[in-house]
Amino acid sequence: MATWVQVTYLICAVGFILALKGLSGPKTARTGNLIGAAAATVACLLPFIYLDHPRHVPLILVAILVGVAGGVFGAQRVQMTQMPQMVALFNGVGGGAAALVALIELNGILTISDNAGVDPSDVSGWFTLAATAFTVFVGSVSFSGSLITFAKLQDLMTSRPVVFPGLPVAFGGMLLVAVVLSVLTVSGPSVLVGIVLCLVGLAFGALLVLPVGGADVPIVISLLNAFTGLTVAAGGYVLSNLVLLVGGTLVGASGTFLTLLMARAMGRSVANILFGALKGGSTLGAG
Amino acid sequence: MNDGVVWLTIFVLSVFVGIEVISKVSSTLHTPLMSGANAIHGVILLGAIIATAETTNGFAVAVGLVAIVLATINMVGGFVVTDRMLQMFTRKKKPARNEEGAA
Repeated sequence: MATWVQVTYLICAVGFILALKGLSGPKTARTGNLIGAAAATVACLLPFIYLDHPRHVPLILVAILVGVAGGVFGAQRVQMTQMPQMVALFNGVGGGAAALVALIELNGILTISDNAGVDPSDVSGWFTLAATAFTVFVGSVSFSGSLITFAKLQDLMTSRPVVFPGLPVAFGGMLLVAVVLSVLTVSGPSVLVGIVLCLVGLAFGALLVLPVGGADVPIVISLLNAFTGLTVAAGGYVLSNLVLLVGGTLVGASGTFLTLLMARAMGRSVANILFGALKGGSTLGAG
Repeated sequence: MNDGVVWLTIFVLSVFVGIEVISKVSSTLHTPLMSGANAIHGVILLGAIIATAETTNGFAVAVGLVAIVLATINMVGGFVVTDRMLQMFTRKKKPARNEEGAA
């Protein structure tokens, strides 16, 4: 990668820092958002310029146009009171995109190792495979969790906590399966393992959010937002891309911190919000 | 320095920067900040573009195009929706409505 590309990536990463800085003050918030948008746009234009022979360019451009149309349409149509669920929806599709990118990369690593006749961990290192598993799992969690929060806030389902007997067992069991599948992704990776991990993540994300009461949902959206940030950061490591790593980490860290601030403003702990209903309905009155 | 350690260093420093830059956020800006941060991680679009542009497998291309659509919705929609929220803060104050949206 040419030096000027790396320097431009660095400038975009700094743009994200300035964007977050701007967004945290009332006078600078709008400028901050615009700086973030500019940095993201420049970062996404770069691969078209510096990649030697980018494939499928027309298809990629069509996909981007479809996405722009969908994003602008959704963002313009939404009522001000429905903002939190719109953020949840956008966050969810971002997490889903990260999981899919990781699956493609896993497929790429396996193809290279097959052709060369070597072990996949010799192609990319075990830590890259672990980061891929993390991205697939947490991205899927963020996707399904965000869709459930959207459904709760949009009144597509009850906003009361949904709890059933055996939920904690199912919860723990799925986490265990996810860990086993992640280890498998490192020791004997296959695309099938990745897809199963993705499905387990989808189910886990739903179970994570179902017990949360309606009034607490915005805090969970913030938490899932931080999850997606970390997912993108892990994806940045897999792709060896600085902007993804820095941008994702910034969102992961600031999102986690923001979640704590929001919970504190409501006088609740994050653990209580997530698992309170499992212990005996402490969020029942909140919806 | 080992390559992995370089990435780890960038990661750790970014964590501290991320916490530091938003530590003084006022509570009315919680929702726009969440939304803006959400738009920033839409930069996974960059990853989706690179992954799709480098793959030859037909199925992977299809998956990549789906990822591009989703990531673009995240990024573009996120920035537009944040701007709409913030317009309400800078324009004439409509406190009752604003507070509800921002809470």
